[in-house]
Amino acid sequence: MEMLSGGDILIRALQEEGVEYIFGYPGGAVLHTYDALFKQNRIRHILVRHEQAATHMADGYARSTGKPGVVFVTSGPGATNAITGIATAYMDSIPLIVVSGQVQSHLIGTDSFQETDMVGVSRPVVKHSFLVKRAEDLPDVIKKAFYISKTGRPGPVVVDIPKDITTPTDLVKYKYPKNLSIRSYNPAQRGHTGQIKKAVSMLMEAERPMVYTGGGVVQGEGSELLTRLVKLLGFPITNTLMGLGAYPGSDQQFLGMLGMHGTYEANMAMHHCDLILAIGARFDDRITNTVSKFCPYAKIIHVDIDPASISKNVEVDIPIVGPVESVLTEMVALVEPGLSKRTKLKKEHLAEWWDQIEGWRKQNCLKIIKTEGSSVIKPQEVVQAIYKATEGKSYITSDVGQHQMFAALYYAFDEPRKWISSGGLGTMGFGLPAAMGVQIAFPDEVVTCITGEGSIQMNIQELSTCSQYGLPIKIINLNNGALGMVKQWQDMQYEGRHSNSYMESLPDFRKLVESYGHAGFNVSTIEELDQVLGETYSSALKDRLVFVDVKVDPEEHVYPMLIAPNGSMRDMWLRKGVRT
Amino acid sequence: MKRIISVLIENEAGALSRVVGLFAQRNYNIETLTVAPTEDETLSRLTLTTFASDKQVEQITKQLNKLIEVVKLVDLTDGDHIERELMLIKLKAPGAQRAEIKRIADIFRGQIIDVTSNAYTIQLTGNAEKLDAFLVAMNESTVLEVVRSGILGLSRGEKILAL
Repeated sequence: MEMLSGGDILIRALQEEGVEYIFGYPGGAVLHTYDALFKQNRIRHILVRHEQAATHMADGYARSTGKPGVVFVTSGPGATNAITGIATAYMDSIPLIVVSGQVQSHLIGTDSFQETDMVGVSRPVVKHSFLVKRAEDLPDVIKKAFYISKTGRPGPVVVDIPKDITTPTDLVKYKYPKNLSIRSYNPAQRGHTGQIKKAVSMLMEAERPMVYTGGGVVQGEGSELLTRLVKLLGFPITNTLMGLGAYPGSDQQFLGMLGMHGTYEANMAMHHCDLILAIGARFDDRITNTVSKFCPYAKIIHVDIDPASISKNVEVDIPIVGPVESVLTEMVALVEPGLSKRTKLKKEHLAEWWDQIEGWRKQNCLKIIKTEGSSVIKPQEVVQAIYKATEGKSYITSDVGQHQMFAALYYAFDEPRKWISSGGLGTMGFGLPAAMGVQIAFPDEVVTCITGEGSIQMNIQELSTCSQYGLPIKIINLNNGALGMVKQWQDMQYEGRHSNSYMESLPDFRKLVESYGHAGFNVSTIEELDQVLGETYSSALKDRLVFVDVKVDPEEHVYPMLIAPNGSMRDMWLRKGVRT
Repeated sequence: MKRIISVLIENEAGALSRVVGLFAQRNYNIETLTVAPTEDETLSRLTLTTFASDKQVEQITKQLNKLIEVVKLVDLTDGDHIERELMLIKLKAPGAQRAEIKRIADIFRGQIIDVTSNAYTIQLTGNAEKLDAFLVAMNESTVLEVVRSGILGLSRGEKILAL
């Protein structure tokens, strides 16, 4: 049997798992591991400028490919810097493997240099974690880490490895396990057929149905089946922020995003429907508004891989625990014959329901209202212009704030995994590194990061990494000189007292990116915008990172917006001072 | 209402901290907690009591089940069950009161397990209410120290929690 050091075992195990890239940053506790990495050429290491960015890159890689993203960080500050990225992945159920170095076993617990209890610090934001005690355990631990990370409801797994476990001179027998079983971990393989039958007969009976789906459909590779099911049924559908792209965004049956900043028609249809088919969505507080007033007329069918998601916030009538793909396959098979038996009356009810929805749609809630006599660019116009320039085909990553909502509402996503955004944790600084992870996974695709001048500065150091690896990301900065979403809430709820929500001393972004060797543009009129975006996405700049700093209207708010507290989903602000 | 949840977890370092951490993280309370290895040395059995509504306890058990190291669990309060707690209580027992303390301990079927010239240590088992009642029956000023084990429980009859 082969004899290897712990460091070599780790790298070999990652190779066995088909890892292509590691996003990381070296340090004392991982020196042996980095030496093992140096001696091979199957896995490529991407050297970041800050560990938080490494986790977001791995996250962007995972969201766009469906494969776990892998991160290497050192002990202490390396590990703690990774926490925000781990929490981001945890909240959105993204598979990550974070390998952290730890101080030598005999120093653990002595407050030694660069020591932190990584398993303890990360515990609330991981799906699982391991502290490796012996080099012999490494193959098994890595196998389990990948299995746990990507099966069931996916999530991040931390593997904390003390330095002495990876010592190059301590050799142990190496064999990578073929199979594994974890007696206490058995994620559902399929949904309960009886429940699925009941659900389908409810779908057949519904008069005002609504399909509401989330990130689970994207993660669970259920998009094609979902589209087929919804087309067969002819029902209206809405997606959460995390679920955008699971159903084609430009299709007539799609009512847009729902929730806090959902469209008028999606929120109204949710409130008035008599049946909700919820798939891979978790009824969180950005969707439901006041839970006791949520969808008062609706029976609810809830399909989810995680039993704990079911009836957590909202009581449901038909729970179905299982993988989206398998449940949807069964549903489609039952719906096909079921439809032929649907009565004429039911069909008429559905037609009436659509009439009502089209009425709501006529509100045109996303209409852009230009300020009279002003040529200032509206942020929504920028997103529309990006959509036009990229023909709707770009990967779009976002940061967090107003620009995120504008991107979600004004760019129609026709495919899953093309919209990459931190939904659950809402992490500013996510957009650029996430875009880098996507670009690394898909070097020939167009990757756009829509951001704001607040968010971009939270991980702007990664422009350097982009230079090093030649990542031709297109960054569109919606620059309103303020922390837009904070300012919007202060306008609406604090009589316009803008406590610390403005950005002073902004850099000249163009000069900044140029100093890293990238291309930069400044835009302040709509005419310039189309021309600059044309250039940005032209073949001349195909291989360059391009940063477009667009001055947009600082007064703009995101609408619609659910009214809280005590509002239901039909209670919305539609424009400044105009409510339902 | 009071719930008694009995959990089989992998007998591994860190498993207990995940359970306790979950309760803190999700804002559930723990009233009592006991944990020890079982006859199968790879498993520990953990019994905890918490005050929760039906809806809350459903979430608690689901979230516990999601922990990778949790192998199996049961909410004992769902069915008929037996619960016991052990209490050791040290009392001032000067000459005049010794007989009276002994008599009350006998009524509660307690045993005096340590005696000095001025103090008794009594061991008492029963459900939590019985132990509370004993403390009430004892004059507060005579009680020196109390230690309770936390509640243990089993389902009645043939029903068992095992792999």
